[in-house]
Amino acid sequence: MSGELTGLDTFPKLLMHHARARGDRPAIREKDLGIWQTWTWAQFAEQVRLCACGLAAQGLRRGSHIALISDNRPRLYAAMAAAQCLGAIPVPLYQDAVAAEMVFPIQNAEIGFAFAEDQEQVDKLLEILPQCLSLKRIYYDDPRGMRHYAQPELMAYEKLIELGREAHRRDPSFVENEIASGAGDDTAAMFFTSGTTGVPKGVVHSHASLIGPSLTAARLDRLGEGDVILAYLPPAWIGQNIFSCAQAFVTGYCICCPESAETVMTDMREIGPTYYFAPPRVLENLLTQVSIRMEDASRLKRWLYRRFMDVANRVGGAILDGKPVPALDRGLYWLGDLVVYGPLRNVIGMSRVKVGYTAGEAIGPDLFKFYRSIGINLKQLYGSTETAVFVCVQPDGQVKADTAGPAVPGVELRFTPERELLIRSPGLFREYYKNPEATRQAKDPEGWFHTGDAGYFDQDGHVKIIDRVKDVGRLADGTLFAPKYLENKLKFFPYIREAVCFGDARDKVCAFINIDPEAIGNWAERRNMPYSGYTDLSARDEVYELVRECIERVNADLSAEPEIANSQIHRFLILHKELEADDGELTRTRKVRRGFIGEKYGELVSALYAGKTSVHVEAQVRYEDGRTGTYSADLKIRDAKVFTPAASQRAA
Amino acid sequence: MSAARRAGDVILSVQDVSLAFGGVRALQEVSFDVCEHEIRAIIGPNGAGKSSMLNVLNGVYHPQQGKIRLRNKEFADMDSHQAADLGIARTFQNIALFKGMSVLDNLMTGRNLKMRCNFLQQALWLGPAKREELEHRRAVEEIIDFLEIQHIRKTPVGRLPYGLQKRVELGRALAAEPAVLLLDEPMAGMNLEEKRDMCRFILDVNDHYGTTIVLIEHDMGVVMDISDRVVVLDYGRKIADGSPDEVRGNQSVVDAYLGVAH
Repeated sequence: MSGELTGLDTFPKLLMHHARARGDRPAIREKDLGIWQTWTWAQFAEQVRLCACGLAAQGLRRGSHIALISDNRPRLYAAMAAAQCLGAIPVPLYQDAVAAEMVFPIQNAEIGFAFAEDQEQVDKLLEILPQCLSLKRIYYDDPRGMRHYAQPELMAYEKLIELGREAHRRDPSFVENEIASGAGDDTAAMFFTSGTTGVPKGVVHSHASLIGPSLTAARLDRLGEGDVILAYLPPAWIGQNIFSCAQAFVTGYCICCPESAETVMTDMREIGPTYYFAPPRVLENLLTQVSIRMEDASRLKRWLYRRFMDVANRVGGAILDGKPVPALDRGLYWLGDLVVYGPLRNVIGMSRVKVGYTAGEAIGPDLFKFYRSIGINLKQLYGSTETAVFVCVQPDGQVKADTAGPAVPGVELRFTPERELLIRSPGLFREYYKNPEATRQAKDPEGWFHTGDAGYFDQDGHVKIIDRVKDVGRLADGTLFAPKYLENKLKFFPYIREAVCFGDARDKVCAFINIDPEAIGNWAERRNMPYSGYTDLSARDEVYELVRECIERVNADLSAEPEIANSQIHRFLILHKELEADDGELTRTRKVRRGFIGEKYGELVSALYAGKTSVHVEAQVRYEDGRTGTYSADLKIRDAKVFTPAASQRAA
Repeated sequence: MSAARRAGDVILSVQDVSLAFGGVRALQEVSFDVCEHEIRAIIGPNGAGKSSMLNVLNGVYHPQQGKIRLRNKEFADMDSHQAADLGIARTFQNIALFKGMSVLDNLMTGRNLKMRCNFLQQALWLGPAKREELEHRRAVEEIIDFLEIQHIRKTPVGRLPYGLQKRVELGRALAAEPAVLLLDEPMAGMNLEEKRDMCRFILDVNDHYGTTIVLIEHDMGVVMDISDRVVVLDYGRKIADGSPDEVRGNQSVVDAYLGVAH
C-alpha cells in the first residue's frame, strides 16, 4: 500500500489518485428517495473539481477558512475536499450547535465562506451575520424552504457547481495546478474542541498529521478498498472525520451517509458496514433494544437466546481471540452462531463488521463482552482531537474491556510522576489557532503533548486511563486514588445509579451510593418486598446487602491491579436522597460534583471515617406528589470486605 | 407569512347550502368561497356543523339545497368518487389508515386513482405496470422525504404513535396530488410539539405544492396563526367570515365561541 501512495502527501492528491486507480469503485453513497445513490471515486473527484473551481471563482483563497455545518452528506465531503484542493482550510462545526456557539469560531478564524446543509443551518448563520462581519458567502445544499430567501450572501450548491463548470471550461488545468502546489505540511483542517470549560480552541492539523495515523491504523486493521463505513456521527468531531474521510482517502473505501438521523439502524442493516465506530452509549442503546425485543419474543426463542448467550459468554470472546477452546464448546458455539448470534448480528446491521471500535468514555465490561461474545470484533482505542484519534489501539487478539490498548506504532507515550499521560506522535496537532499561550501549555518544547488524562501501563503494556489528572489524588500511603474510575466501576452495576468516592489524603476509600430506584424497585417487586419510594428502599438491610456485594466485586477487581489495589472501598452508606442537578450535586451533563457533595454532606463523610455504624441526618425531602417534608433518620454505614492485593499475594 | 402566498381566483364556492338529518338542521344556507392557494379555516363550537360542511365538500353528505362550484363546474351534490376525481382529497378526524399496512403501502394507496394499468398487468409485473409502479413509488418517496418520515417507511401504521399516524394520513392525501385538501381537525389530540410540526407541514404543503387547504380545527391558536381566511359556523349558520383579525374582533364570534374576553 505504501508503494501505491508514495508522494501523495495531501488529501486532494489522494483523491485524484483514487479517481485514476479505482475510478469505478464506489466512493460515497447516500440514500435518496429510498434508493442508495453512489458516487464513484471518478465522479466524486469530478464533483470536487467543479466545486473547487466554483469556490475559487467566488474568491476562496489559499490559507483562508471555510465553515462547514452539515450532517454527513456527500456534498459536505465534496465541499471539504474542494476547499483542500485550493489550500483553504475546512472548519467543520457541530450541526446541532445553537447560533451563538458558532459566533466564536467564525470570528476567531475570520471565516468568509460557509457551507450549510439546509434552511435550519442557513437561518442560524443569518442570525449571527451582524456579529460575523467576515462572513460573506453561504452555500446551501438542500434548497427546501429556501425559495423566499433573497439575502445576497446566499447561493445554492447547484449554482456554485454551475459557476465551477464555467470556470473549469475556461481553465481546465487550474485545479490540478492548485493541488500540485499543496504540500503535506499545509494545514488540512481545523477542529474546534467543544470547550466545556472556557472558550473553544481551534485545533490545527496538517495533511501529514491526519494522513499518518490514519494510514498506520488502516494497516493495523488491514483496511482496503472493499471496506464500507456508515458515517453517522457529527462531522465536526475529529473521529468522524478520520473514519469517514481521512481513512477513506487513504484506503479508498466507501463512505455511506444515512438517510436521516432516525434511520441509522435501518441504514446499518442495508449497508452492512465492515468497519464501525460507536461510543459506548450507542452500543448500550442497541443492547437495550435487543433486550426489549427478546422480552417480547416467544418462550422458545427466549429459552434459545438465554441458553446460547450463556455459551457465548463462556467461550465467545476466547473464540474471537483465537484462544484454545474445548471442542464441545466450539460445537455449541457453532450451533449458537447458526440460530442466535448470526441472526442477531444481522438485525443490528453488524453481520459484516470486521473491526469495530468504541471510545470516548468507560465502557461497561458486560456491555463490551456482549458484543465480542456474539462474534463482533469490537475493540477499544484512545485518542483525542489533538492527537488525531489513534494513540492507543487494541490489536486483534489483545482485547480487554478496561484498557485502551498499547501505543500505535510510531507513537511515544510516557507518564509523568503525577501519572499524566504524555504523547509524542506524528498525529500531533500543530497548534491551537491564534492561541500560543494554550499551545505552550499543552505542548512542551520537546514536543510532548500533555493530555490531562491520568493512567498507567498495565501488566501487558496496555494503557489504562483512569481519570483526569486534576481529579486524581493520593491516599495517605501514596496509593493512586482515581475517584471516577472507582465510581464508573460501581455504576456499571444496574443497581447503582451514582457513586461518590472519597479518599484523597485519607487512609482509606469510602463511598456514598445512590441506588437506581427502577432497577432496585424491580428487584424488590420480584421479591414481594413492599416499599414506598427511594428513601424507603435506600434504608433497607436487603438493599445494603445487595450494594455490599457489588462493592466487594469491585474490590476483588481492584485487588488484581497492583497500582490501585489499595484504593479498595472500605466503608459505604446509601444516601437518603437522589443526587440532583437542581440541587447542584450533579452537573447538567450528570457528572457528580465531588467537592460540593463532600462539603454539603460533611457530617456523613466524617462519620464514615470516624468508624461509626450509623449517622443521624435531617433533611428536606420532596415526595413524589410534590410536597416537601423533613426527613430525619439514622443512615446505616456498612463495611465492605477488602481483598489482599494480588501482587502481595504472589510475594507471600 | 401570508405575503409569501399567492392567493388566486376562487376555486371552490359553496352557495346557500342546507343540510338536514330528519329534523336536525345541520347546515342552514351557508355560503362561502375558497380561493386558489389559500388556507381556509372553518371553525365553530361543538355541533356547529363543521364536519358536516367538510363532508358536503367531498361528497359524503348530499345537501338538500344549494350548490357547490368547483372550478367552473357546478354540482347540486357530488359523490365521493367524483370529488376525488376532481382533485379533492381529505384526512379524517379519527384516522382512517390501513393499520396493518406499512407507511409506504398506505401512501401508495393514495396513488390509486392515478394507476392506469389493469389488475392482470400489475399482477404479472408487465412492462407498463412496472414503469407505472416505479413512477408512483418515486412520487410517494418524495412525499416521505417532504414529511420527514423516512425512518418509519416500512413500519406498520398501527405501531406508530398518534402524531405520526396523523402525518401519514396527510401524506396519503398528498399522494393523490389534490388541488384542494380538506383537513378534519389535523391537530386534534396532539401535544404541543406535534402540533408545531403539523403546522409547519401544512404551511410547507401550501407553499411548496401550492395546494389549496380547507381545514377544520378546534385549536384557536393554530387557526389564527396559519389561515388566510376563517369561516365561523354556529348552530349550522355562518356567523362570520374574514381574516383571522376580523373574525377575532367580531362580537358574535366572541360570544358564540371564544367566550367573553377578560
